[in-house]
Formats: sequence, structure tokens, C-alpha cells
Amino acid sequence: MMRVAFWVYLALAYVFIFLPVAVLVAFSFQGGRLPVPPFQGVSLKWYAQVLGDRDLMAALGNSLIVALVSSAFALVLGFLAAHALARVKLPGSVWMRGALIAPMTVSYLIIALGLLSLFNQTGVRLSLWTVGIGHVVINLPLCFAILYAAMGDQQKSAERAARDLGASEARVLWHVSAPMLMAPMAAAFFLSVTFSWDEFIIAFLLTRFDVTLPVEIWSMLRSGLSPATNAVGSLVFLVSVTAVICGEFLMRRRG
Amino acid sequence: MTAGVTIDAVSQAFGSAKALDDVSLEIAAGEFVVLLGPSGCGKTTLLNLIGGFAEPTSGRVLIGGRDMAGIAPKDRPTTTVFQDYALFPHLTLADNVAFGLRMRGMAAGVRREKAQEMLALVGLSGRGDRRPHELSGGQRQRVALARALAVEPDVLLLDEPLGALDLKLRRAMQDELKALQRRLGTTFVHVTHDQEEAMAIADRIVVMNEGRIEDEGFPREVYLRPRTLFSASFMGEVNRIPVINGQTPLGPLLPGTGTGTLCIRPEAIGTEGRLMLGYARITDIAFFGTHLRAHAAPVQAPLTDLILHLPPETVLKVGDVLDLYARAHVLLTA
Repeated sequence: MMRVAFWVYLALAYVFIFLPVAVLVAFSFQGGRLPVPPFQGVSLKWYAQVLGDRDLMAALGNSLIVALVSSAFALVLGFLAAHALARVKLPGSVWMRGALIAPMTVSYLIIALGLLSLFNQTGVRLSLWTVGIGHVVINLPLCFAILYAAMGDQQKSAERAARDLGASEARVLWHVSAPMLMAPMAAAFFLSVTFSWDEFIIAFLLTRFDVTLPVEIWSMLRSGLSPATNAVGSLVFLVSVTAVICGEFLMRRRG
Repeated sequence: MTAGVTIDAVSQAFGSAKALDDVSLEIAAGEFVVLLGPSGCGKTTLLNLIGGFAEPTSGRVLIGGRDMAGIAPKDRPTTTVFQDYALFPHLTLADNVAFGLRMRGMAAGVRREKAQEMLALVGLSGRGDRRPHELSGGQRQRVALARALAVEPDVLLLDEPLGALDLKLRRAMQDELKALQRRLGTTFVHVTHDQEEAMAIADRIVVMNEGRIEDEGFPREVYLRPRTLFSASFMGEVNRIPVINGQTPLGPLLPGTGTGTLCIRPEAIGTEGRLMLGYARITDIAFFGTHLRAHAAPVQAPLTDLILHLPPETVLKVGDVLDLYARAHVLLTA
């Protein structure tokens, strides 16, 4: 009896989590004009419409660029910070570590508002660059935390051996520290890409003419529901899932 | 290829604790020196100072006559074999061994050849394309050795390199290390807390305790004629008998000598010898294969416990009384 209850509970939990996504994906294949029941036959026409939409495809391209470039920056900065704080014991390194991770606890809205007023005051014009900066702010703590946790004693002694064998600090980083952390670095990168790819509030407040995909989808939604939004949503979901799976896979393989 | 090391009045303090206290030591080029002592005696600190991983609080370190102050590990003519091997897990064995050569700008072809040569030297020829995780502990140690020697350092530093190996493998590696050092002529500075290992491989043993050098000399010197009580007991088991103006609990053993401690190794006690210890009653016996280990209480001083190592074929039982002599002894005046 308990076993049955257990399985029912588990099934309900998964249904609760995945039903919205399942509905979204199902109605992206809607034959009719509205993404609501009844289901009027399977059709790929909304996908055709979405893929043929220039603005949408431009936004998708923008999102990819912002995600890849901002994640690369976040990864490099996070790696250097983690390496420095893992290696050198400075007075106050606990505080520095705290300060690096702190942005994780601040809501995206507050970060976006802060950056917006900063850009306004310094006269920086809003563009994909400003969104990218916002995404570095939210992803750097993530990259830092993952890489800091991955730097163990083995890493430390290998770096020491490299120095002993004649490697300069830059070459220690390049030939030993970074390659030894390949798996966690890839994991941090893919997670950052996912977060940047899905992020709406910062992208909404810090863009003007060139927008990212979530912002474009939001403006589509303002003109009413359409299975086309479901089709875009499904594509976004597919990309996110792929990135997360890559990240998870690489995280597990480390060591 | 090889250089001497001079430690000149070196002190090293960590906060208020002194890891090294005014240590001076001269190591000749091509010498195999073992720094021996319990953990925390300062032997690893001294090794780190030679390798450049720390700078002395005061004093100088010279290698080949050159003052090493302010010179980073990468620019010193030293390399280290670390206790935990510290191999690069993402590189093949050949790339591990060639790492130092790569950092020195040697061309890929030449350094690959040199790496094969070094792997052959430590008995791992033909395994250059394996990775460290595929190897046993002993093999990893060999790779670490090959990697450190590949750049032809003037001085090789070994930080308890055999500590993680089992006893049998350790003895085998000791012989190999010794042979390798003779062949290459490189100065070896080896740190260990195992006195048998020290005696097996060293040209010279430096016994350290609490940041100071207690004793130094050839292995047999340090073992047979230790200069301090610490050195005597760290090098192996020893019977200590207090002496006051030539008088001991066992009687006037050393008439005319002063006050101190009489040290006699267990294997130096037997039924003949120059120093008469008098009659003693056997209180305990254990057979060790290479020798018979016995406890004996001198008839003159039944509370004194003597430890004896007798030939294994000796026939003996508890309660027997033997007339004991010492073949060798040292009187350390306190």
C-alpha cells in the first residue's frame, strides 16, 4: 500500500513540474489558430512561420552571441578569481569569497535597475553589450563557486610541481590549472549559457533596438496567444535542456 | 650537472614558532645527504628553503656558490620529487616527464626522445603514452623521479618520496635510488623519518630535531657513535644507563670517567666483550628471525631493564642468568 502511494506521489510531483512544458510543446504542433484545446490535428506550420520570421531569428542569434560571449567572460574571470583565492591565503579572503558569491542572492531586477542607472549616468548606450555585462554579473558568482569547489589539494601540488619544473605563473595556469579543471570549467560554462539564454528581466531593461530572444517572445505575447509562441518556447526549451545535459554530463565525468 | 649546497646560519620562523633555528650545513656536490628526523623537526622546511618554496627569515642558502635569495623555484637549479608524486593527471607519462624540458623551450621531437630515455632509466620504457591513473604507486614514484631528473638539475630534492610505498617496494626503491644517484652524480637531498631508509641510502645522515641539527656523519658514525641522546635513540633502540662520576646502578663500570649516560645498542650486548656489565637474569624472550630479543634485569640493579639482541640460534629461557658484556658503548656527557 505504501509502495503504491509512493509511486503515485512521485508521478503527481513530476506531472506538476512538467505539465506546463508538456502543454507548451504539445500546442506548438497545433493545427488550429489558438494554443488551447481542442487539439485540431498535428502541424509544423508554426515552426515554419517562426523559423521564417526575421526579427525572431535575429533575436535568436543575439541571444546565442550574448550567452556565449558573456559566459566566456564569466568563466575566465571566475576561474582567475577562484584560482587566486584557492592558492593565496590573504587576510580577509573569506570576505572576498563572500563578496564574489553575494550577487547570487540579489534579485535580477535589482541588478538590472542598478546597472541601468549606472549606464544612464555614465552615458553608456544600451546594446547587446550592456545585457552581456549584466549576464556576466549574474554568472560570475556561479562560475567562481563551481571552480573554487573543484580546486583541491591535487591541483595545488600539481601547480607546485609545475613551478618547480620551471613554469612561469602564466604557463602554470595555461598548462596545468586550466586543463586539470576542464570538466568543471565546461560544466560552469554550459550552466552560464543556459542562465543567460533564458534570462528576461536584465535583457528587457538593458536592451533597446537589438533584443534577445526572451524579450522578443515577450513582445510577441503582447499581441495575443499564438501557437507560434509555443513553437519558439519549445525551441528555447530544447536549447536549454541540451546545454544543461552537456553541463551535467561533464560535471559527472570530472576527476 | 651537479652543485654543492651551503646552508648558512638559516632560521625560519612561522609566527612565534621557530621551524629552523640557526642551521648551518655544507652539502658537497654529488653527495647523497639524508635529512632525518621526526615530523615537525624542520627537515621539510629546510628542503623547501633549498627548493625556493619559502624564503628564510634570516641566513642564506647558496647553491653552487650562488646566493638563492629572491630566486623563484622555477629559476633554481633544483627539482623536487614530492611525497604525493604531484603528477599531471591530464598528461601522458611522456608529457609529464617532458614538462620541464617544454618549459625550457626544447623542441617537441628532442624532448620526446629525452622523455623516452628518462622513462627507460626508471624502468618504464615503452609506457610513455599511458596516463598516471593507470599506474601503481611505485610506478608513479618512478615517473615523478624521471620528471624531476629530465631537466638535469644540479640538486635533486626528495621529500619523503618513498613514504607512501609498502615496505618491500620501499627497500627495492632505496637500492634503485642509490644506484641512480651514483650513476648520475647529481647531488641528492632526501628527507625521511625512517632511520633504516636513511642508513640504506645516505652518504651522510643529518639528524634533525626541533629545528636544529642534532648530529651528522656517515651512517655508521651516527649509529655507532651518536653525539646526542636524541640521535642515539632516533637511530635505533638503545639501552641508556645513567652514570654519575663513573658509578652506575650496575656498579663502577667506567672508573675515572665523568657524569652522563652510557648508551649501548641491544646487539652490542653479549656474553663477551670489553665492558663488563655483570650478571643479569633473563625476564622475557621473543624470537625475531634475525635475532633473539631478550629483556634482562641485572642482579646488581634488578629495576634496570636491559634489552639484548642475541644470535637467533642462542638457547635461552626465562630465569637464566648470564654474565653480560658490551662490545661497544658510548658515554654521552650531559
